[in-house]
Amino acid sequence: TVSSRGDAMRGLAVFISDIRNCKSKEAESKRINKELANIRSKFKGDKTLDGYSKKKYVCKLLFIFLLGHDIDFGHMEAVNLLSSNKYTEKQIGYLFISVLVSSNSDLMKLIIQNIKNDISSPKPVHVNLALHCIANIGSVEMSEAFGQEVPKLLVSAHASASVKQSAALCLLRLIRTLPEAMTYAEWASRVIHLLNDQHMWLTAATSLIHTLSQLSPGDYKGCVSLAVSRLSRIVTSTYTDLQDYTYYFVPAPWLSVKLLRLLQCYPVPEEPAVRGRLVECLETILNKCQEPPKSKKVQHSNSKNAVLFEAINLIIHIDSEPNLLVRACNQLGQFLQHRETNLRYLALESMCLLAGSEFSADAVKKHRETVINALKTERDVSVRQRAVDLLYAMCDKTNSEEIVAEMLAYLKKADYAIREEMVLKVAILSEKYASDYTWYVDTILKLIRVAGDYVSEEVWHRVIQIVINRDDAQGYAAKTVFENLQAPACHENMVKVGGYILGEFGNLIAGDERSSPLVQFNLLHSKFHLCTPSTRALLLSTYIKFINLFPEIKPTIQNVLQNNNQLRNADVELQQRALEYSQLSSITSQDVLATVLEEMPPFPERESSILAKLKKKKPASVQVSLRIFGVKIVILSTNDNVTSSFFSTVNNSNIEAGMVQLYLAYIQCCFLPIIIELLSKDLDNKNNIFAHCFLVFMFKNSGVLFENALIQVGVKCEFKEQYGRVGLFFGNKTGNQLQNFAAAVSLGPEHQGKINVATQKEPPSQIDGGAQVQHFINLECISMFSGSPNLQLRYQHSSAPQQVTLKLPVIINKFMEGVDMNSGDFFSRWKQLGQPTQETQKIFQARHPIDTEAARTKLTGFGMCALTNVDPNPENLVGSGIIKTKTSQIGCLLRLEPNKQAKMYRLTVRSSVGEAAALICSMLEEHF
Amino acid sequence: MMKFMLLFSRQGKVRLQKWFNAIGDKERKKIIRELVSMVLSRRPKMCNFLDWKDYKVVYKRYASLFFCCAIEESDNELLALECIHRFVEILDKYFGSVCELDIIFNFEKAYFILDEFLLAGEIQESSKNKVLRAVENSDSLQEENQEAEATRSILEEFGLS
Repeated sequence: TVSSRGDAMRGLAVFISDIRNCKSKEAESKRINKELANIRSKFKGDKTLDGYSKKKYVCKLLFIFLLGHDIDFGHMEAVNLLSSNKYTEKQIGYLFISVLVSSNSDLMKLIIQNIKNDISSPKPVHVNLALHCIANIGSVEMSEAFGQEVPKLLVSAHASASVKQSAALCLLRLIRTLPEAMTYAEWASRVIHLLNDQHMWLTAATSLIHTLSQLSPGDYKGCVSLAVSRLSRIVTSTYTDLQDYTYYFVPAPWLSVKLLRLLQCYPVPEEPAVRGRLVECLETILNKCQEPPKSKKVQHSNSKNAVLFEAINLIIHIDSEPNLLVRACNQLGQFLQHRETNLRYLALESMCLLAGSEFSADAVKKHRETVINALKTERDVSVRQRAVDLLYAMCDKTNSEEIVAEMLAYLKKADYAIREEMVLKVAILSEKYASDYTWYVDTILKLIRVAGDYVSEEVWHRVIQIVINRDDAQGYAAKTVFENLQAPACHENMVKVGGYILGEFGNLIAGDERSSPLVQFNLLHSKFHLCTPSTRALLLSTYIKFINLFPEIKPTIQNVLQNNNQLRNADVELQQRALEYSQLSSITSQDVLATVLEEMPPFPERESSILAKLKKKKPASVQVSLRIFGVKIVILSTNDNVTSSFFSTVNNSNIEAGMVQLYLAYIQCCFLPIIIELLSKDLDNKNNIFAHCFLVFMFKNSGVLFENALIQVGVKCEFKEQYGRVGLFFGNKTGNQLQNFAAAVSLGPEHQGKINVATQKEPPSQIDGGAQVQHFINLECISMFSGSPNLQLRYQHSSAPQQVTLKLPVIINKFMEGVDMNSGDFFSRWKQLGQPTQETQKIFQARHPIDTEAARTKLTGFGMCALTNVDPNPENLVGSGIIKTKTSQIGCLLRLEPNKQAKMYRLTVRSSVGEAAALICSMLEEHF
Repeated sequence: MMKFMLLFSRQGKVRLQKWFNAIGDKERKKIIRELVSMVLSRRPKMCNFLDWKDYKVVYKRYASLFFCCAIEESDNELLALECIHRFVEILDKYFGSVCELDIIFNFEKAYFILDEFLLAGEIQESSKNKVLRAVENSDSLQEENQEAEATRSILEEFGLS
């Protein structure tokens, strides 16, 4: 029924009808352009438009915008409508602004002024319009303008319930945008006590309290007991008690769920009475699900179950009531076979969490058969996905073989969307619960067979790592990959794994004439031409390894290496490998060859990188720290993807731990020293690795600065005021003397005059094999600088000149000293540094889990004093320090504000010298 | 919190869009394109929830219109489904057996109703009667001026003003 209630705008309705009658896209565009031209001329015309016309045209523009067209005028007219004294014009003005004005609009000041007028209007309807607009736009400017005003409305004795409701959510939006928009402690007790309010407008208030509790849990912890008693009153009420707020016979489901979520912000209440009452509430909710339904309508069961699922979330959060956990699990078990797809989906999801609790893990496992069945029979991919998750979560030593087998079987027909994740899960489970490594190898190879395209690098890298580390798996692995490679069509990933493993352990099966060296080689080489360049490059490395393992087939392999297909290959990498390997095999003695091409040493034991990958895909399901896989693989596949995925792993992990690991990895790189040195293409990657290693020195003063096969450079620095002393330790890793050794600090043009360098003790010009020499440098910082000076090393090893350029860990923050101060001092200085040029602010995605303590440590390592009890919000981190140079002292203040929900940070640095603020901000932003 | 709500037809035409946090215009269009095609490709009887990027998408079809919203990972899917239902009930009562055309021709009203029901991505008022009362209250303010305006509008449409 098309109704024309309220105040119909005829012109608008006519226009909409016209548009609907347009037969083609072109006709529609034409009609719209005509209308836009008309409106433009009306707005530009000499005659001042009356309010009604303005409203109508603004509304038409809005309609055109909603059809998907861009609107670049009319904003001013909409803002004019805000000051109209007619409600309907005001309302349309606000609507246009809410939908179409972006938060950085030039008109924002004007809009805010209008809102200010309306928010203090005696008419509640005007106040509401203004509040809705603030809540809809919620820009930083609005947060600043209204963050102090809105809480007053919220607790005002005069405001109507509807104004309070809007005010609560309006405030919620403002603090989401700008957490410091309000002072939490000041309002805490009054806001918490809203939970006692008679009115049922509490859903909105509880949403607000929920967010406040997340932002400032200490100030709002008083809400727990009030929330429990409120919840108790609701769950024990009958459906007639709450009148309007009963939804299909379920009392206040929205408020109940909000309260249950609020309680998940806090640990279980310690006070026995409160705790007892909460447990009672949860029991009541569970009991109600056993009662016969009061209505057959799906709305009744949905809202009842919404409360139930939230209660189960709280039970899992509390995780100390075994009885409730098991009951929850049984209830969900019933849902697993429910006819409603939604319930099956949610039950699988919720059970995943229960599988993680020691009290309910066993109860969950009882449903294994049902879940496996769901995997086979569910018609909806999202439900099957949940079943996979749950199987993964309930897997243990006793059921792993069955679960992995089921997952493998399902993988063959699984939806493309979930295959990659399933592959990761199978790979993790088979590794985690492998009591027998032949099973593990079989499983992974089967994975490659059935879903090769979805087997990511992490997975095939990992199987190689494990085979290399497990003596007992190597022979079997070699035999099995050999068998798999015999399949006429085998996946390229199988060729990679096969190539690598045979290159290392082909000798273990070479005794059998069916897999003699030549047969192995021919088999691999028969796949060579079908593979991509990166796999071919890997195979070339296998071939050179074969030359070492099987000298008898050296001529055959050299033929292949020296074939023009390789030597003149358009792919530089292949060309280079072929050339270098062929040279290596012809000019070096068997002994050298044996050393260079020795079997890979075991990888350091570490957790699987596959977990990291899975975690990235699904952050909630795995809780393991990130690690990096061994870099030996980087050598054999110098392809950039490996390296870049490698660095992204590093970036996602704790940077310091990451650095150490990365560093270890780099040392492993040197395992094939000659090859590394030969692969000049690798140089960029090497430099990258160094650049990443270097970052860690921003936070510490000693460590290994550089290492390759020949030399290790250690560093130890001390800084005091503008002075620095850098000790460098050069270790010769070889057995021979390094000659013509020289180390020199070079200052680029950007550092000339800003840093003075004096060498205190020159290193000798020779370093004996295995010896270490020292070199000391004194520095003085004259004025602020960015970047760091270079250190150039030159030396000769077996008459080959070598040259390395490193960055010295002399960075501006080293000359910074922390300054402790109290809150008053900090904020008064903060305000003094209020000019725009003195401040740099960056908002960025958190690269590490948000952890105040870790951030604090980092800040201290950086050189600032991390101030406590200064910022009203304990999540925020504030720091202060002074950069001391010879010519000036530069005060710096910093504020780091996390937004846990959005996983974002806002970093603000203020300094008496604007460039210093910018520099510090850019140095730090990558580290949180 | 709810991140956004979309109403679109079976042909994929968007009839209402409400965004509860700041997302750029381009990004919005992209989200709409992806979501609409994803939801339209699903068969009936499938579950009403979808994992999509960092959100959970909850959708339901009412006659020719799909109501679809995105909520956060930790939000309650069933309740989001009932939010949609309550919104439909309110529209239905307000327009009297609502249909897609009502929302096309009275899109501004649909926005006003939604603002009374959901604000900042949270439920503002879950009582159907209270939401309707608030909307009717503001309608009554409009009607005070309506007569004069209505006359003028007719004259204007005929170029007589």
